[in-house]
Amino acid sequence: MEVLLYSIPISLLLGGIGLGAFFWSLKNNQYDDPKGDAERILSDEFDDHPKQD
Amino acid sequence: MSVSPASPSHSEPFEDEHVSASACPACIAAPSAEQIAKSGDIKGARIMLSLPTAHCAVCITDVERELMKQPGVKSARVNLTLKRASVDAAGDVEPAGLIAALDKIGYEAHELDPGMLSATEADKRGRDLLMRMGVAGFAMMNIMMLSIAVWSGAEDSTRDLFHWISAAIALPTTIFAGQPFFANAWASLRGGRLGMDVPISLAILLALGISLFETMHSGAHAYFEAATMLTFFLLVGRYLDYRTRAVARSAAEELAALEVPRATVLRDGDEVTVPVGELVPGDLIRVRPGGRIPADGEVTEGQSESDRSLLTGESLPVQVLPGMTLSAGEVNLTGPLTLRVTAAGRDSSLHRMADLVAMAESAKTKYTSLAERAARAYAPIVHILSFSAFCAWAWITGGDFRLAVNIAAAVLIITCPCALGLAVPAVVTAASGKLFRKGLLIKDGTALERMAEIDTVVFDKTGTLTMGAPRPQNLSDLSPEALSVAMALAEGSSHPLARALHEAAAGQGVAPATLSDLREVPGYGVEGVWQGQRVRLGRANWIGAAEGATTATHLAIGDATPISIRFADTLRTGAEEAVAGLKAQGKQVWLVSGDVEGAVSDLAARLGIDTYRAGALPAEKAQLVSDLTQQGHRVLMVGDGLNDTAALAAAHVSVSPASALDAARTASDIVLLGKDLAPVSDAASISVRARRRIKQNFGISIVYNIIAVPLALTGLATPLMAALAMSASSITVSLNSLRLR
Repeated sequence: MEVLLYSIPISLLLGGIGLGAFFWSLKNNQYDDPKGDAERILSDEFDDHPKQD
Repeated sequence: MSVSPASPSHSEPFEDEHVSASACPACIAAPSAEQIAKSGDIKGARIMLSLPTAHCAVCITDVERELMKQPGVKSARVNLTLKRASVDAAGDVEPAGLIAALDKIGYEAHELDPGMLSATEADKRGRDLLMRMGVAGFAMMNIMMLSIAVWSGAEDSTRDLFHWISAAIALPTTIFAGQPFFANAWASLRGGRLGMDVPISLAILLALGISLFETMHSGAHAYFEAATMLTFFLLVGRYLDYRTRAVARSAAEELAALEVPRATVLRDGDEVTVPVGELVPGDLIRVRPGGRIPADGEVTEGQSESDRSLLTGESLPVQVLPGMTLSAGEVNLTGPLTLRVTAAGRDSSLHRMADLVAMAESAKTKYTSLAERAARAYAPIVHILSFSAFCAWAWITGGDFRLAVNIAAAVLIITCPCALGLAVPAVVTAASGKLFRKGLLIKDGTALERMAEIDTVVFDKTGTLTMGAPRPQNLSDLSPEALSVAMALAEGSSHPLARALHEAAAGQGVAPATLSDLREVPGYGVEGVWQGQRVRLGRANWIGAAEGATTATHLAIGDATPISIRFADTLRTGAEEAVAGLKAQGKQVWLVSGDVEGAVSDLAARLGIDTYRAGALPAEKAQLVSDLTQQGHRVLMVGDGLNDTAALAAAHVSVSPASALDAARTASDIVLLGKDLAPVSDAASISVRARRRIKQNFGISIVYNIIAVPLALTGLATPLMAALAMSASSITVSLNSLRLR
């Protein structure tokens, strides 16, 4: 059962990284225009003008 | 929401600027740009444009590229979800120029008032809910992982360790993520009510408390995953619900922001642009052809014609001469006018009409939504069940309170309305998304439910079933030369009849004749010289023709007998489908109009509408709607004019096209974004299906409870069962809602 000593902290850390990534994306307005982002990926033009606050 | 950007605190600095502006005639344009910047409290000039027709990747690139090409534009970004473009530009960039540029490449655009939209820019509450949802989801997954180990047989110290770790994750999570429920529950308890959030909060807190107690005493069962799961699923429902309402609210704001209210005032001989809210009686205002009259006033100078169709439903323009009084909301058609303001803002006739609507709305009985009714029935039942389980088990076991509280908590957790909380928002989100793609914007969350109940539909005529745009009927009566002369004359005017004539002639491939000395006589018509003869196109009395009963313009070539060109209104696209579709669904269809008998009965016959009423005054329209309501009918009103607003407000549910007047759109529950009317019948059928889905969802959650509650009451429920029941019912309900797409 010593494996638990490693696996539990590791799983919590990985989950925490995921949560951190979610917070980061939320703070960076990545959920403001989901439909537009889904379509923009089809555009050939590079997006050199990300939305400014 | 109806706060004008010209609030007193803003108006004073503007006053100063106008003083300096008139001192420096070259910078007259500057104040309006700065005004835009200030009213939105943003740096530089940000112009917001509404793009109702944008829908794909190509649209985004086209619009952004075209906007970036315009001089002075620093950056442009399209938001496809909101169908808006925000443009950062130098102070001297005029929105009208951007709109014209977009129109040239085929995109409809309207200017939005950024001051009105500022509230939606920072969507704090939505982001807050989303963050809590993320935290709850993270915690739920991690605890579930530990719980599975416990359920598959972890024992003794391992189980306790897992429970302790679960507790360490679950406690801070639920305290943070569950706040919206706790706050609501506290508020409803203080108000002496028993809302849906009271049993939810109680279940979460009880589950946590008991699990903590069990963990401390090395108990076998802990409900940490149930508590976080409950929080997560309910937050999903809450977020969907919030999103629908936020979209509706921002739509309402967008509609209010569509008409940037400015007026051109003559001050010391200079033309100054001011917000309409700053107009005072006695001001001299200038209204250009095509402009909407901003305030009630008396004409002091100029001749023109005025389109009153939005106010009265009349399809014929009225001739305007000095000394006449015009009402706010009329559209000036041919010549520039100068008006002396007699009543502005609150006192103008437009506002008085809006007040009428506000009264009609407050008199409307408050509709109880399905979700509210379910919550009202649900909360007491759950509390009584759980409390009696506690009493019964305490009595049976002779005072084993630990077991009794455990069972009471299990009852609360199992009956907890995960599925119930998702049942309505999931369906409403799916249905309003579907309707939005069809071009319908739902302003009110309960509009869908009310729409599902209608059995009678009342249509307005001008501007609703018809485009409010005339089309020439007898062009074949004209000789080819006459037609080309008429076309050349029509080119010289922006009068709707002239524009329609020009369009129709161009459609037949006619080339305009070459005229000299072309000039427009405002209020009368256009004249010119063709092959040495004087030619005129315009009003009957000016030309010397006989006045007819129908809408017509007259053409005189030299001294020949004038020819009348008759016009009829064109049917709105999709009007036939909408009427046919509604009749096929078994709805009774009415046509009510302020127009004359002949025009109304013709249209009714053409669309297959059996019941119609012509010459109806605004009050009579509203009366008809309330009469029908009193006969037990549920009425859907579709209208666009100011004369329809009272009827729109009185109806069970109402729809208006985006071209409608501000007041009419405000009074209606659903706004038609495109020109097509066909989605109205789709809305009726989709709403019926949506209501059926909501009821099915209630059915599903009731079935789950019928199975799970006896188990919980008899003390057989385990945390595993609670988790299974909860997630299974939530997922079935969500999937069932998605079937609507």
